[in-house]
Amino acid sequence: MLLSFSIPKRFPPLWQLVIWMLLAVGGIFMIMPFAWTLSTSLKAPGQIFTYPIVWIPDPPVWENYRQVISIVPFGRFYVNSLFVAICATTLEVMIASLAAFAFARMRFWGRDQLFMLYLATLMIPGQVTLIPSFLIIRAFGWYDTYQALIVPGVFSAFGTFLLRQHFRTIPIELDEAAQLDGASSIWIWWRIIMPLSTPGLVTFAIFSFLGQWNSFLWPLIVTSSIEMRTLPLGLSMFQSQYGVQWNLLMAGTVIALAPLLLIFLIGQRWIIRGTASGIPVSRL
Amino acid sequence: MIGKPRFVGFDNYAALFTRDIIFREVSWNTLIFLVSIVPIQMACSIMLALALNLRLRGNSVFRVVYYMPVITTIVAAAIMFQFIFDRNYGILSSVVWNLVERWSIPITPPDWLNHPGWAKVAVIILTLWKNIGFSAIVFLAALQSIPKELYEAAAIDGANVWHRFWTITLPMISSTTFFVFIILCIGAFQLFGESFILTRGGPGYATMTIVQYIYQSAFEFFRMGRASAVAWVLFAAVFVFTIIQWHLQRRWVYYETGER
Repeated sequence: MLLSFSIPKRFPPLWQLVIWMLLAVGGIFMIMPFAWTLSTSLKAPGQIFTYPIVWIPDPPVWENYRQVISIVPFGRFYVNSLFVAICATTLEVMIASLAAFAFARMRFWGRDQLFMLYLATLMIPGQVTLIPSFLIIRAFGWYDTYQALIVPGVFSAFGTFLLRQHFRTIPIELDEAAQLDGASSIWIWWRIIMPLSTPGLVTFAIFSFLGQWNSFLWPLIVTSSIEMRTLPLGLSMFQSQYGVQWNLLMAGTVIALAPLLLIFLIGQRWIIRGTASGIPVSRL
Repeated sequence: MIGKPRFVGFDNYAALFTRDIIFREVSWNTLIFLVSIVPIQMACSIMLALALNLRLRGNSVFRVVYYMPVITTIVAAAIMFQFIFDRNYGILSSVVWNLVERWSIPITPPDWLNHPGWAKVAVIILTLWKNIGFSAIVFLAALQSIPKELYEAAAIDGANVWHRFWTITLPMISSTTFFVFIILCIGAFQLFGESFILTRGGPGYATMTIVQYIYQSAFEFFRMGRASAVAWVLFAAVFVFTIIQWHLQRRWVYYETGER
């Protein structure tokens, strides 16, 4: 009798159905812009505005894609985005993990005060330091170069904080044992701390990569030539030039989006789990 | 490109708060975005997280679908919505026109992107669409970390779903709620790409945000001094806001381990 009193784990079926339907309606709302973009990208100009709405164009106009690629160097934008994102992510993870190692494992004068200063910079939105950063980059003569796109983004106080939290969960005895065997700090960092923090590092790397890949404002102000544009910039440039030719614009959007969405669909478990775990949920 | 800097004391700040009507308008806009986006997104994403936490059929598909906009480049997202809201070709207008004709309703669909009010709504819708998945996943993780025993104990005490939500779920995720709240508010202060691509800040200055104003002043009009003054004001606003929230949180955020 006591057992049958146990916990109502599930909602009643009717409620489940209602909630499921709400989720589905919301899901359709989320998907709709993508579907509409894909559909329009395959339409001839005359088919774009028709009643009732046509979702699957007949025949699909693949020509749109050929045309877009011939007028906009999307290949170059891809290479730029990939190069910048990969370099920046690698450097960001390396630098943040070294800093995190110092803050988590080494003893030096003013360490905690310095760490507080790091945390304080988290409060400053990047947009606030936009102008001085730009002036510095220009003074270096880096305007419109890859260095300008990569270097300013590689110092991450958030990453340092995130990885420090991870490193602190690794037992200090491992370090001490290695130290007794005469291991250097760098060795401990690379051979003990880094391998044991793989999940945290992967999470941070994924989010760093996504951030770099989608970055828009900074590339917008430090580049000017077409050769240096990253994907979001190229797409924005395409929009301001061909803004009225919706079918072409949508084809360009699909070209810009498809690979990232594909990667997301393959690695969605990692990315979603990263969002869930990468952020220190219990404490800010 | 940029003239030789000349020291002007506090003139830039004085100009901002006395003569600069555009600064006033973009500050208002940013504030409107903040107070509309943050509460709606908080409420929607908590509900979404609760629904996802039920693990209904197709749960993983839902998670992917709701998360897809989060990883979408803001430029692409804004272009997609520009098309949806387009007066002549947009799917929204065509649906509304269709309904209007069929039922002969005496309304005209708004010209979303060229009306000061509706353009703001469009920016808000885009921002919500893009970001809800993120906060929902963060909340979902918080929900899953709540010990099941609490719910079991409450069920034995006869608490219904509603009670359990208010007395267990909400308090147990309050630190996450605080975190998400701060993140969203800071994000709202920093809105840029959404309105920059979707409406170019227009019509007029109706959807221009503070960050876009900084961008425009500095990199279109090359008034670095004025733009830097705006940047400092933005920073001060974010800073004061966060400090206030930090102090208020003690009243409503529950930490299991106590204040540390």
